[in-house]
Amino acid sequence: MVNSDNLNLLLKVNGTQHTLQIDPRVTLLDALREKIGLTGTKKGCDRGQCGACTVLVDGRRINSCLTLAVMYQETEITTIEELAKGDELHPMQAAFIKHDGFQCGYCTPGQIMSAVGLLAEGCPSDDAEIKECMSGNICRCSAYPGIVAAIQEVRQMQPNL
Amino acid sequence: MNKTIGKPINRVDGRLKVTGEAKYSGEIPLENIAYGVIITSTIARGRIKHINTSVAEKSPGVIGIITHLDAPKLYARPNFGHEGAAGEKLAPLQNSTIYYSGQAIGVAIADTLERATYAASLVKVDYVVETPLTEMGKERDRAYPIEKFVEFTVEFALGDADAEFAKAEVKIEATYTTPTEHHNPMEPHATAAVWEGENLTVYDSTQYIFGMREGLAKMLGIPHANVRVLCKFIGGSFGCKYGLWAHTPLAAIAARQFRRPVKIVLTREQMFGLVGHRSETEQQIKLGATPEGRLTALIHQGISQTSIFDEFVETFTTTSRTMYAVPNLRTAQSVVPLNKGTPTIMRAPGESVGTFALESAMDELAWALKLDPIELRLRNYAEVHPARQVPWSSKSLKECYALAAEKFGWSRRTPEPGSMRDDRYLIGMGMASACFPMEHFPASAIARIFADGSVVVQSGSQEIGTGTATVMAQLTADMLGVPVEKVRFEFGDTELARSPGTVGSGTAASVGTAVHGAAKAVRAKVVALAQKDPNSPLYGVPEPDIETSQERIFVKNNSAKGETYQAVLARHNLEYIDANFDAKPEEEEEFAKCSFGAHFVEVRVDPELGEVRLTRVVGAFAAGRILNEKTARSQISGATIMGIGMALHEETITDPHTGRIVNDNLAEYHLPVNADIPPIDIYFIDEVDTHVNPIGVKGAGEVGITGIIAAIANAIYHATGKRIRDLPITPDKLL
Repeated sequence: MVNSDNLNLLLKVNGTQHTLQIDPRVTLLDALREKIGLTGTKKGCDRGQCGACTVLVDGRRINSCLTLAVMYQETEITTIEELAKGDELHPMQAAFIKHDGFQCGYCTPGQIMSAVGLLAEGCPSDDAEIKECMSGNICRCSAYPGIVAAIQEVRQMQPNL
Repeated sequence: MNKTIGKPINRVDGRLKVTGEAKYSGEIPLENIAYGVIITSTIARGRIKHINTSVAEKSPGVIGIITHLDAPKLYARPNFGHEGAAGEKLAPLQNSTIYYSGQAIGVAIADTLERATYAASLVKVDYVVETPLTEMGKERDRAYPIEKFVEFTVEFALGDADAEFAKAEVKIEATYTTPTEHHNPMEPHATAAVWEGENLTVYDSTQYIFGMREGLAKMLGIPHANVRVLCKFIGGSFGCKYGLWAHTPLAAIAARQFRRPVKIVLTREQMFGLVGHRSETEQQIKLGATPEGRLTALIHQGISQTSIFDEFVETFTTTSRTMYAVPNLRTAQSVVPLNKGTPTIMRAPGESVGTFALESAMDELAWALKLDPIELRLRNYAEVHPARQVPWSSKSLKECYALAAEKFGWSRRTPEPGSMRDDRYLIGMGMASACFPMEHFPASAIARIFADGSVVVQSGSQEIGTGTATVMAQLTADMLGVPVEKVRFEFGDTELARSPGTVGSGTAASVGTAVHGAAKAVRAKVVALAQKDPNSPLYGVPEPDIETSQERIFVKNNSAKGETYQAVLARHNLEYIDANFDAKPEEEEEFAKCSFGAHFVEVRVDPELGEVRLTRVVGAFAAGRILNEKTARSQISGATIMGIGMALHEETITDPHTGRIVNDNLAEYHLPVNADIPPIDIYFIDEVDTHVNPIGVKGAGEVGITGIIAAIANAIYHATGKRIRDLPITPDKLL
């Protein structure tokens, strides 16, 4: 019998502390979506194969489906909901709209978080390298050309980001 | 004010999608929600001998388990092509028979997803296992011919193709095979069912809310007026979210039985069994031609898979009856029932894989004749629809060939295979035609202008990412002379005006015509009010002299003489004014209607590793009026990339012994990723088509996936001299 007694857990998401009582089997992704109600982060495969669940943990991009929520106390978790400041979109969000870097929009939060993470890692300038760095995020609508164009635009706008 | 139609304006729902605010079907907050996890069969043929739920039922948090032993009666629906159709003619949990691996055999309901998932794993099933029929080639004796599939012609003959082929001076005869493929939209199917008394509300990721309502009501045996289906955002679909599959009725019966809302979201693995696929195909093409390159005979025939209990046909011969002027033409298809799920429509069902065969064969003929592939196509250009012998509503395929060839630099190509190199890599250039029939379905819409000047237009359609919400807002805005930002398009709710499913590239044409008509009708109502009102500057002005722009109605060439919509509504003390419009496709058969295009592809092949990289894709398309250049380009580009996946990557592999899918995940079922995709240049040919519908739209959602596979295969032949007739073209086939 698997022990599913609930654990007390403190998760800091987008600067807000959330006290949760959850089953230790809950993934970080399911904690965000089903417990906290932040559904911007998407579940595409639940196996770390599609990237729709990408969030930043202490600024680094990870697949939130592939890890358990209990492992992330005392970290800063950033999701898509945190990027825009009020009415003002993050430059990456604005660039995705401008270059039509999405269609159905389901993989989009993961793409954008991955792109923001990539900029922080030191984004390559070459299209081919950007494509390689973004290949953990699948888009079945295949808005790939727009995604690369959006990243290039933000990279060039904010070389020090 | 500038008109917006045709312009590359941004998506109206872009902000919601990039901020994560867009709520998809599995994300609607519902009080006291319970989670359902479907249990699926692990055998492909046989029956359930025992199913033991006792341990699972005692697991913490479990609300209940439903299996065939205790499921309520559900009424099977016919599959595809009927109103309220299901994906498969198999109501779930009605008996113990297993027809395919991954079939729904139960559902576990618990208070959390984790507890439901664990409970589902505790259900013990003993089967009586029979040997499944899994290989189409081995079971070809079981094939039976198809005359017609729903309304689609399959069996067809013009002239005497067999006799003419036999005596043709130049002949091509080849067999092309394509594997099973899965749609894999990024959003797994999700449904949440909520009962209030006798009334059921379902939040469902569906391409067809009205079809879902009809089908679900009939499956449950309740009046369809008691069912409301909502779908505000849908994370891709490509065909697999068109029919009604097991998860939706299972959520509905569980929610009824346990008296609380139930949500079921499929796992990615379940997306490979519960919701359809594109059938594998084996296609034979015979082309007969004169030495000058005139086709004298075309025969296209072959087999595809269906399930044991349904008849679904991947109609791969369609384009062969449409594309070339050939006096002797025969098409025929058979299906082979196997212990696999029922196939379903997947982006350009038939045309995508059919054009791989036809356009590869045309390339083979061009080589045999030592003719340029474009020249061969021009010599057989169909000035009228070859099978129906009626003129085209519009056709700009010649212009597509010319423009795409020029932009691509086709003239730089040296014809001999293997003649172009870049260092140690072989370079190849290939081309193919693209073609997809225009579909037009009945649709209705309501347009409403409010006292504050804002506009709402409604139609119970779906926005699957094609840009529907954006182009509907544009059509309304332009008709009323208001900015797009002032218009809100409401959709995705069966309480709204009836609309068709989002299929067949037909939404812009169908719903667009309804929206255009409703906006025109509400404008006319406002104008009529003003004309009859002595207090209006437009009093007595005849309708043809009135124009709309800048949120005003005014006299043509005298914009000072007019007033705002608000002023008209305020004077008449109206909160709003609205009008509806029912758009029906014209039944006339005097024209054939298709979108056309041409794909040009350059590949780089590593001769030692067999690796194929695309380096450039250029396409030109003529699809009637383009409503939004940005979203239309994304449609064609996205379809092209899906075609690249079919050409080089995608293949669902079934273990022939057990009938189980081996690669039911996104690591082993290879979808194209960003690094696979070269620059893709899409050009549009302006077309004014006055025959198709009042807005001149032919549709752009699927034409991009036709022809592209053959263009890649043809480029690979040009690079290597190897003709690969079996998809996907993986490195092993080139070594």
